[in-house]
Amino acid sequence: MALLQISEPGMSAAPHQHRLAVGIDLGTTNSLVATVRSSMSTVLQDDHGHSLLPSVVRYMPNGDVVVGHEAQAQQSTDPVNTIVSVKRFMGRSLNDITDKAHIPYRFVDGKDAEATRTLQIQTRAGLKTPVEISAEILKTLKARAEKSLGGELVGAVITVPAYFDDAQRQATKDAARIAGINVLRLLNEPTAAAVAYGLDNAAEGTFVIYDLGGGTFDVSILRLSKGVFEVLATNGDSALGGDDFDHRIYCWVLDKVRESSTNFAPLSEEDTRLLLTKARQAKEWLTDNFEAQIVCRLSNGTLVDVALTAPQLVEITQHLVTKTLTPTRKAMRDANLSIEVIDGVVLVGGATRMPHLRHAVQDYFKQEPLTNLDPDKVVALGAAIQANMLAGNKNDDDLLLLDVTPLSLGLETMGGLVEKVIHRNSTLPIARAQEFTTYKDGQTAMSIHVVQGERELVSDCRSLARFELRGIPPMAAGAARIRVTFTVDADGLLSVSAREQSTGIESHIAVKPSYGLSEDEITDMLKASFNSAEIDKKARMLAEARVSAGAIISSVTAALTVDGNLISDAEKQLIESEIQRLQLLTATEDATAIHNAVDALNHATEAFAAARMNASVSRALSGKNLEDIHL
Amino acid sequence: MQTVQTNYFQLFGLPEQFEIDTQSLEVNFRKIQSASHPDRFVSATADERLQSMQMATTANEAYSMLKNPATRAKYLLELQGINAIADTNTAMPMNFLMQQMEWREQLEDAKAAKDIPALEQLMTELQAESKSIQADLAKLFDTKKDYPSATDAARKLIFIDKVCADIHQAIEQLE
Repeated sequence: MALLQISEPGMSAAPHQHRLAVGIDLGTTNSLVATVRSSMSTVLQDDHGHSLLPSVVRYMPNGDVVVGHEAQAQQSTDPVNTIVSVKRFMGRSLNDITDKAHIPYRFVDGKDAEATRTLQIQTRAGLKTPVEISAEILKTLKARAEKSLGGELVGAVITVPAYFDDAQRQATKDAARIAGINVLRLLNEPTAAAVAYGLDNAAEGTFVIYDLGGGTFDVSILRLSKGVFEVLATNGDSALGGDDFDHRIYCWVLDKVRESSTNFAPLSEEDTRLLLTKARQAKEWLTDNFEAQIVCRLSNGTLVDVALTAPQLVEITQHLVTKTLTPTRKAMRDANLSIEVIDGVVLVGGATRMPHLRHAVQDYFKQEPLTNLDPDKVVALGAAIQANMLAGNKNDDDLLLLDVTPLSLGLETMGGLVEKVIHRNSTLPIARAQEFTTYKDGQTAMSIHVVQGERELVSDCRSLARFELRGIPPMAAGAARIRVTFTVDADGLLSVSAREQSTGIESHIAVKPSYGLSEDEITDMLKASFNSAEIDKKARMLAEARVSAGAIISSVTAALTVDGNLISDAEKQLIESEIQRLQLLTATEDATAIHNAVDALNHATEAFAAARMNASVSRALSGKNLEDIHL
Repeated sequence: MQTVQTNYFQLFGLPEQFEIDTQSLEVNFRKIQSASHPDRFVSATADERLQSMQMATTANEAYSMLKNPATRAKYLLELQGINAIADTNTAMPMNFLMQQMEWREQLEDAKAAKDIPALEQLMTELQAESKSIQADLAKLFDTKKDYPSATDAARKLIFIDKVCADIHQAIEQLE
């Protein structure tokens, strides 16, 4: 086999080159990495032939970090340093975790006094944030992919639950950054599943994706038509998953044991993890069997030996099944659809193997759910297809994904009320502006509090960020006009800017610093994750500057060849002279000068880029396509 | 941001009127997204990515505005220089005001009684009313070009939309 040529990340490759890109399903219980090879989406395996990487990270006594099966095998003997289901803690503060008592970790609240800070876990390797722990899983998957594909990755599409809020999405992106992965896109898990399912079955129509993972539940309703995957509505519960079923079984076992033993001591961390593992095994066994025997000896010598039957499992977990139907109904109502028009219901996530769950879905939709794709793999397979397309590889299926924002975004107004600026289920990307005014005479600053959620009271929503717009000229109350703009990009990430209209005073925030990790913390983690010898900051900056210079030169040159007629000769000459200047600078060692010249070239092409976009839209509209006439 | 000034009807290549061909709207929306969506510009220059973001955003905004009859009516009036929801535009026929109060009362009663079927019934009633106002609007805008009367009708439609959203939320909270 000929060696594949790999360009530097970010560099535009020659058209015939295959650029290595993967889809990563960063799951609560298991994680996977997939790629498109010879037009087929395939899950990549490790050296032992495993596709699934258990999302378990263990910090070893010798300082090593072990991820996957090996870590999972030790979870009951070293529970404090073996982190499972870390996804549940992403973008969360200690206050958000309701069942702390049953989780065998030593939680520490974030550094700041403010309770919204992200939580940390005390391990023998020190304090770890969920972001860093997730980064270990991502590093392992990246290494697996690069070994298997034989080259450096251009980037990855990483999936997130559709119902993840802004903080959880940002945390996922940060984890990828720390793992050294270029994130091409954050993709919603049900949408990824729809892509894999839809392309595999050439499906057309309206489909429901019911996705119950280890720790999260999502339901999305999509319209599939000629390669366009349009999400009509999504809903879910980011704290409901297969883990909760395990937990119910665990509590049930504890009750049984307490009934038969009079002086039952509190469980150690090891015993908690052991019983949770046994509970999970029993749940899986009951998918195909009538009765599961749960047998183990606890560290205090107590023998646990109880039998759980399938009907008993149904009885103790039916409320969890019912809990998934509320978001399902909401999504159907938001999409303004009745169940008769649904062409298929696709089940995703290992937890959907449970028979009583399948029955509940079937009863609700009055049709048998579709299960012909492996529910564990379908998300990664779909993510790989999008990654392949985003990396610029030639694609037979010209697909377009139109996703939505799962939760409404708003601002705090007087009296602790929420004024919604962007409503849930708005198609991305989206920008919305709203005008606000001052409350008092002579008011010169305004505090802007950004929240996410559906409730009317600020206290019932998730606080995303607070920032201040200062320097408003003193005016009578109600005279100032402050325009606040919310922008949600294709990754589902929010940024907010505020501008006082009469003076033009502006303030901008990518919604991040007040929740999750600060830029400094990420830089520290990045440094820590590279060997100090490996990284020479200056050399890296120069390399990056040259890569971005090369990318913009080749892309602008190509654009001039195709669309040069859209601008005047004078404009064209200006652009060409900027290209020449940049080319000369690329040969120097001055990273800053190269960066500035890149900016200058970018600036010089603004009008050209706008003209090209308009031309391309007009072309798209006037293009006579026979198929479309019959739609 | 020159794309922001775009006339939404022109953007989709549709005639500027209330009655629209929803299939053409849909098809053209998808075509514009196919040409401009940020997924198509992942490795493009910063300028091109910005243009893509702006065009895709405008297309989304335009699509949601034209798809919904109430916002479409409001937008058509805006193009005529009329702000349908301005504070000065408060005149409503007496019988509609009475009707309005009746709906609000029904909504509050059903909410208090936690009566979901009653809420759904009210929703059906409002949707029927909405359909008949839409038929009026088509005539007022497209045939008669009677913008003052269209403003009144549009305001009714916007009001009905609001009540429907409240019913929607009430049902959600009861579930």
